[in-house]
Amino acid sequence: MATRKSARPGFWSVRSPMSQRAYWIFAVIGLLTPLICWWALAASGLVSKVFMPGPVQVLSRALVWFNSDNLSGDMLISIYRVTAGWALSAVFALPIGLMIGTFRPVQALLEPLTDFIRYMPAVAFIPLVMLWIGIDESSKIAIIFIGTFFQMILMVAEDVRRVPVAQVEAAQTMGANRRELTELVLLQSAKPALLDTMRITMGWAWTYLVVAELVAANSGLGYSILKAQRFLQTDKIFGGIIIIGLIGLVTDQLFRLAHRKAFPWMVRKS
Amino acid sequence: MDGSEVVSAEVGSRAPKVSIRALSKIFGEGAGATVALQNIDLDIGEHSFVTLVGASGCGKSTLLRIIAGLEFHTAGEVVANGKPVTGPGADRAMVFQQYSLFPWLTVMENIRFSRKLAANRGEFTSAEVEAASGRADTLLNLMGLKAAADAYPNQLSGGMQQRVAIARALMPRPQILLMDEPFGALDAQTREVMHDLIQYVYHLEKTTIVFVTHDVEEAIYLGQRVVVLAPRPGRIDSICEVPLPAQRFQDMKLSPEFIRLKREIVERIRETSGMKTDLELLEKLCGQLKT
Repeated sequence: MATRKSARPGFWSVRSPMSQRAYWIFAVIGLLTPLICWWALAASGLVSKVFMPGPVQVLSRALVWFNSDNLSGDMLISIYRVTAGWALSAVFALPIGLMIGTFRPVQALLEPLTDFIRYMPAVAFIPLVMLWIGIDESSKIAIIFIGTFFQMILMVAEDVRRVPVAQVEAAQTMGANRRELTELVLLQSAKPALLDTMRITMGWAWTYLVVAELVAANSGLGYSILKAQRFLQTDKIFGGIIIIGLIGLVTDQLFRLAHRKAFPWMVRKS
Repeated sequence: MDGSEVVSAEVGSRAPKVSIRALSKIFGEGAGATVALQNIDLDIGEHSFVTLVGASGCGKSTLLRIIAGLEFHTAGEVVANGKPVTGPGADRAMVFQQYSLFPWLTVMENIRFSRKLAANRGEFTSAEVEAASGRADTLLNLMGLKAAADAYPNQLSGGMQQRVAIARALMPRPQILLMDEPFGALDAQTREVMHDLIQYVYHLEKTTIVFVTHDVEEAIYLGQRVVVLAPRPGRIDSICEVPLPAQRFQDMKLSPEFIRLKREIVERIRETSGMKTDLELLEKLCGQLKT
């Protein structure tokens, strides 16, 4: 049989592989295209600057914010609030989710309840939070906690449930007791999925920032965006939103890096 | 087949390692209930190799899982190693078809897992743990895994992964080794190598092996006795003694006795499964396609 030189499938065949270089080229195109469109639209003068300031204007406003309006302070306080709210919910959601995913009675007790609560809007809790906790830092953290905690429980439980049955049963036939099954098998096996859940819920925590800083804040990125709205500083609103996006992007990449470093056993050889 | 009257006769010289009496298993309740196993009687002698075959849905895996203690029977009794089975235990090791290795542990750590459990509970002194590491090394060599000791399961082929699973199951010196279609996901060549390997392990370790498969050839080649199960409801159809010497070689698969037994068992399975190729219908359809 004559060997035919196989044609390399192009980018567009279903699920075809792609070189690292080509991937980055596409990624840069994907990121730059909206930026260029935005710039072109603003420069064309078709839309009033009040509604849509251009990239240059947003950048210069961001520089002013950085130089004389304490942008780094706003960033730090916001990062603190988001991280604290998210970490607090992780501290509780991880053990509770592990229990829900491991023991059916715990699942029956807590999962329907969690399902019910997670549909309640976090924003609507603001008056209650102010009443119960007050208007200091902890109230902002509490709002972010309410927004992420209940979703996080369900995702952690699902991660634990996805551990292959064969792994659990293999450990049982080696004589593992309940505690060993939970600590040495379920938790270990679910770890990579749990870190992914932590990464995704961190993103959700950021989306609650603006809401959280509605509560008697006088600093922070969300607060600055809300204040800018009052003075119709659309360029500052744009700047704030983009900065939040950039912080999210960096955090996400850090999580992905941690994932690669922490779980070398997930990488398949060849 | 002459096997049916020796249904509860035991093979092996001493008291049975596994003794199953009037065992039934029903899944579900009320109208949706299905009888998975009905009135099973089976004795498995010490250091014997018994294979379970049958059409899908005959409950062969369920029977194995009941012996392992991973599934509970509805009626009857199961005694393993002289004790009624109430749950899984380290005296009955199990090898699964796939995905049972712990991917976050290296090959060596996987094999030592059972010792780690025992050591954590203080059941072993550090000297005993040292001795156990000698056994882990031996098993590693026996399975041809020496070069892969520090690899992770994800980096190994399917055949190598099953070698690790077998070594891990053998580590605590189980008296009974239960195997649930352990080579079902492997290619034909790898499977042959694994057959000879498991034979070797069986003679060396003197374990009692219960082996579930849907491959009749595999069942005969490995087993001293082949238990044929029939579906709906799951029950023992017949038990066949394999008329081959204890030491098996690949060439025996071509011997007349082997082929005769294979034909008999395949015939039994075909008859009990109720699945038949309707040749007439196929012919008719072909005719329609041509016109």
